[in-house]
Amino acid sequence: MIEVQARLERPNFELDVSLQLDHRVTAIFGPSGSGKSTLLGIIAGIIKPDSGRVVVNGECLFDSRKHINKPIHERRIGLVFQDGRLFPHLNVAQNLAYALDFVPASRQQFNFEHIVQLLEIGTLLQQRPHQLSGGEKQRVALGRALLSSPRLLMLDEPLASLDDRLKNQILPFLKLIADEINIPMIYISHSKKEIMQITGNFIHILNGKAKS
Amino acid sequence: MFDLFHFTTAEIAILLLSLKVALFCVALILIPATAVAWLLARKSFFGKSLLDSLVHLPLVLPPVVPGFLLLLLLGNQGLIGKYLHEYFGISLAFTWMGAVVASAMMAFPLMVRSIRLAISQVDLGLEIAAQSLGAHPLRVFFTITLPLSMSGMITGLILAFSRSMGEFGATITFVGNIENETRTLPLAIYSYTQVPDGDLPALRLVILSVLLALGALMVSDRLERKANRQIGRGHD
Repeated sequence: MIEVQARLERPNFELDVSLQLDHRVTAIFGPSGSGKSTLLGIIAGIIKPDSGRVVVNGECLFDSRKHINKPIHERRIGLVFQDGRLFPHLNVAQNLAYALDFVPASRQQFNFEHIVQLLEIGTLLQQRPHQLSGGEKQRVALGRALLSSPRLLMLDEPLASLDDRLKNQILPFLKLIADEINIPMIYISHSKKEIMQITGNFIHILNGKAKS
Repeated sequence: MFDLFHFTTAEIAILLLSLKVALFCVALILIPATAVAWLLARKSFFGKSLLDSLVHLPLVLPPVVPGFLLLLLLGNQGLIGKYLHEYFGISLAFTWMGAVVASAMMAFPLMVRSIRLAISQVDLGLEIAAQSLGAHPLRVFFTITLPLSMSGMITGLILAFSRSMGEFGATITFVGNIENETRTLPLAIYSYTQVPDGDLPALRLVILSVLLALGALMVSDRLERKANRQIGRGHD
């Protein structure tokens, strides 16, 4: 489903991976600084590798030899970050709706109400991001990414800034998304415990190299 | 004793002329200043530090220097002004439009600085998040970057407006001191101090300038607070 080959050299860091992800849900696991977020950046189009290839569901998003490099906004990859990254000047409903603007009706996989119900954020719609708790922010961020009807959903340490109690509140939602929604998903985390609750398929990244 | 607040029609005309020049000045530079501010805040390119220095030059030069350069470039016999006059019939030297250009040149760096600072404080991660949802970078600029830079935009507008209202050196050099055409508040105050019995009208114009400046600062403060509330700053 997803094929990534990438080489990237930086003064104190080197990434060299060649991965083929066949499961719908894959976790990428490794300590901080191992290169897992860099790998996510390469797939999403945020970071340009020195050389390599990124193919998602048969569509080539990056190929250094063929000079293909689709910009972020054309890759249709939903991202959920550790810090949520909700737009502070928009309320929850507007944050969610922002994603809908760029999806033609024919390609829309979810409707607004469905996502709101699924993630139990109906009571938050009129609130501003600064009024939300960390866990609520992450649910909204997840909803927003899903509403963009992505071909691939990537979550980068979505629970890392939450305490254990909140983590346990969000995990069921992540599990629900992983199990029931038909979108390929890459889940990045430094916590093996967390990953084991989401999926058994994982790739271990260490010092910029992958070990399955 | 003196009627300090009884403004004459001539003084009101001076005020209106100054306001006209300042408003046109702000309108003229808003878009280019925003574009330059964005370039300096977000892009790296060849010649960036040169552009940065050129933009800031009017801030560190004696204002008479940019005024004189404008005269050489845009005066009726100037390098560019010659053609403006010949082909378009536009004459900037010694007209209020020239006063707009002179104050625009002086106000430009102030506006660029405020907007640049505001843009550089917008979290790049939010822009990336918006792009990942499918928004074209231009759309991201208008829907994310710009609204989140609003308080800096307001500061920039007020600073540029005030700078234009107070412009003296470049204006008098480029467009002279012509009543009802280029004699803005500072030029009028200066003129009154040069004639006998001019102290009282000069003082009235000084009061007017102070009131106007205070008003501008208070409006900007209110607008900035409102803009900050909009994005949830000042709450946490």
